[in-house]
Amino acid sequence: MKILVVAEHDNSTLKGSTNSTIAAAKEIGSDISVLVVGNSCSSVATEVASLDGVTNVMLAEDEIYSNFLAEDLAKLVESVSDEYEYILAPATTFGKNFLPRVSALLDSQQISEITEVVSSDTFKRPIYAGSCIATVKSLETKKIISVRSTAFDGVVVGPSEAPISNVASLDSLNISSFVNEDLAVSDRPELTAADIVVSGGRGMQSGDNFHLLDSIADKLGAAVGASRAAVDAGFVPNDYQVGQTGKIVAPDLYIAVGISGAIQHLAGMKDSKVIVAINKDEDAPIFQVADYGLVADLFEALPELDSKL
Amino acid sequence: MKILVPIKRVVDYNVKVRPLSDQSNVDLNNVKMSVNPFCEIALEEAVRLKESGAATEVIAVTVGKQASQEQLRTALALGADRAILVESDTLAEPLVIAKALAKICEDEKPHLIILGKQAIDGDNNQTGQMLSALMGYSQATNASEIKLSADSADVTREIDGGLQTIKISLPAIVTTDLRLNEPRYASLPNIMKAKKKELNIINLSEMGFDTSIRTELLSVELPPQRAAGVIVESVDELIDKLKNEAKVIS
Repeated sequence: MKILVVAEHDNSTLKGSTNSTIAAAKEIGSDISVLVVGNSCSSVATEVASLDGVTNVMLAEDEIYSNFLAEDLAKLVESVSDEYEYILAPATTFGKNFLPRVSALLDSQQISEITEVVSSDTFKRPIYAGSCIATVKSLETKKIISVRSTAFDGVVVGPSEAPISNVASLDSLNISSFVNEDLAVSDRPELTAADIVVSGGRGMQSGDNFHLLDSIADKLGAAVGASRAAVDAGFVPNDYQVGQTGKIVAPDLYIAVGISGAIQHLAGMKDSKVIVAINKDEDAPIFQVADYGLVADLFEALPELDSKL
Repeated sequence: MKILVPIKRVVDYNVKVRPLSDQSNVDLNNVKMSVNPFCEIALEEAVRLKESGAATEVIAVTVGKQASQEQLRTALALGADRAILVESDTLAEPLVIAKALAKICEDEKPHLIILGKQAIDGDNNQTGQMLSALMGYSQATNASEIKLSADSADVTREIDGGLQTIKISLPAIVTTDLRLNEPRYASLPNIMKAKKKELNIINLSEMGFDTSIRTELLSVELPPQRAAGVIVESVDELIDKLKNEAKVIS
C-alpha cells in the first residue's frame, strides 16, 4: 500500500506534526513517501529523509509555495497523487487548509482528524468536540486522511536515509496571494509540541497576571496556554488558546490555573498524561479530570510554587 | 454583490451528546437543534456587509432534511433575503454537500461565499475548502477579519502560530473563525417577517450526481474516562507528587 504524507514545515525546519503523521502512516503500511513543498526548503527534505519509516522523499521548491497557499499546494499534491492509495496530512491549520481541496479534486471523501488506526480502512476520530469517538470505515479506493498529531508519538531519526527526488512545480492559479503574517515570537516551546503546558483561565483576572505563569513556565521549560474565556476577556492573544476551538495539546504535564474546565477547554487538553488543577472553587469541573487538584487562591499558590520549583 | 451563506442544522452547542445504547450512532432523540455557531458567524458577516452597502443580497442555503427549514427561517430572521433548501433524506457527507453547493453557485453566481469553518457535529472542517476546489475559486479559511473591495478581499486568518493575511480574488470562499464577529439575536418582528420570505426547495437526488455514502459509521462510543484524581493539601505536596509519584518534573 503506497502512502503519501504531505510534510508541514516553515521552509527551514520540519514541524513535529509531520513526525506524528508519518507515525500514523506506519500503522497503515510500510511504503511511505513524503512530499515536501515550499521555497528553498531542501534542508527540510534532508531532515525528512533521515526519519524512521520514510522510504522516499519528494521535494517541490518554488516561490509560489513560500506561504503554502491552499490552491497551489492542493493542485501540486493532486499532480503527484496517481500511484498512492493513501494521502495523509496533519490536522493542523496547515493541513486543514488544503487537504479537503485535494479530496474534492480527487473525488474522494476525506476522513478528518483520526486519532487511531484500527485497520487499513477503519479509523477512530472524535466527534462533537470529543464528547464521542466514532469508528468509521472508508469505502474510498484512494483514502485521504488528516491526522491529529497529539494522538500519535512522532517518528524519530531512523537507521537509513531515504532518497530525495525533485518534483516539478506547477503554474500558480494566481487567485490568491500572501500579504503578511503576524506570528507570535517566543523563546518557549510551541504549545502543541511542549512536554509541559501551564495554562491560565478567567481566574487570572488580567493579562498582566499571566507573568505569574510565565515565570513558572520558564523554570519548567513549559509553554503557556489559556482557556477561551481568558482569550475572550482579552488577557492573551488567541494563539494561546487551548480547546476545541483553539489548539489540541497532550503534554506529559498540563497545569490548569484558574480554569473552571468547560467542555470545550477539556476537549483540547484531556489527553494530557498528567493534569494538575489549581482553582479556588472546589466544585470546578476541572477537578473531575485532574490527577492532582489544589484548592487554593492562585495568587497565593503561584508565587509559592514559583519559589519552590 | 451577492453573498451565499451555506448553513447547517446541528445539535445545539449546549447539549451534551451521548452515544445510543447500542453504540450505533449518537443519540439525537429529543435534543434541541440549532444553526451551527460558525454558520451564524458567517451569516452575521454577510448581513453586516449588506448593511454597510458592500453587498446587495444575502442568500442562505442548506443541504439537509426537511426539518432544516427551521434553521433557514432563523437565517431569514437574522437578515438573509431568501433561502434555499437542498432536501436530502439522509445526512449528507461533506463532499456531497460541497457538490450540491457547487450546483447552487453555478445557478446563483455569488461573488462571495461565507461558511463556518466547521460544523460542531462531525467536526470535519472540509466543506468550504471542497466547494472552493470544485468551483476553482480562491479560499481563505479561519477568517478573523474580512476587508472587501470590488474584485478582491483581504482576509486575516487565524493559523497555528498567529495571524496571516492573504488577498483573494473574487469570487471567493471564506470560512469563519470565532473572532470574526458576534452574531446578533433575531428580533420578534424579524422572526415574523422571515415567515413571508422566499424559501425554495430543491431535491438533492435530482441534482444529477452520485450521493452514495463513502464512509460507513461502525460505532460511536464515549471517550475513555480519566480515573479520579486526588486533592492535595499544599503546594509542597503538589511538588512532591509531581516529582516522586508522577515523575513529570525533576
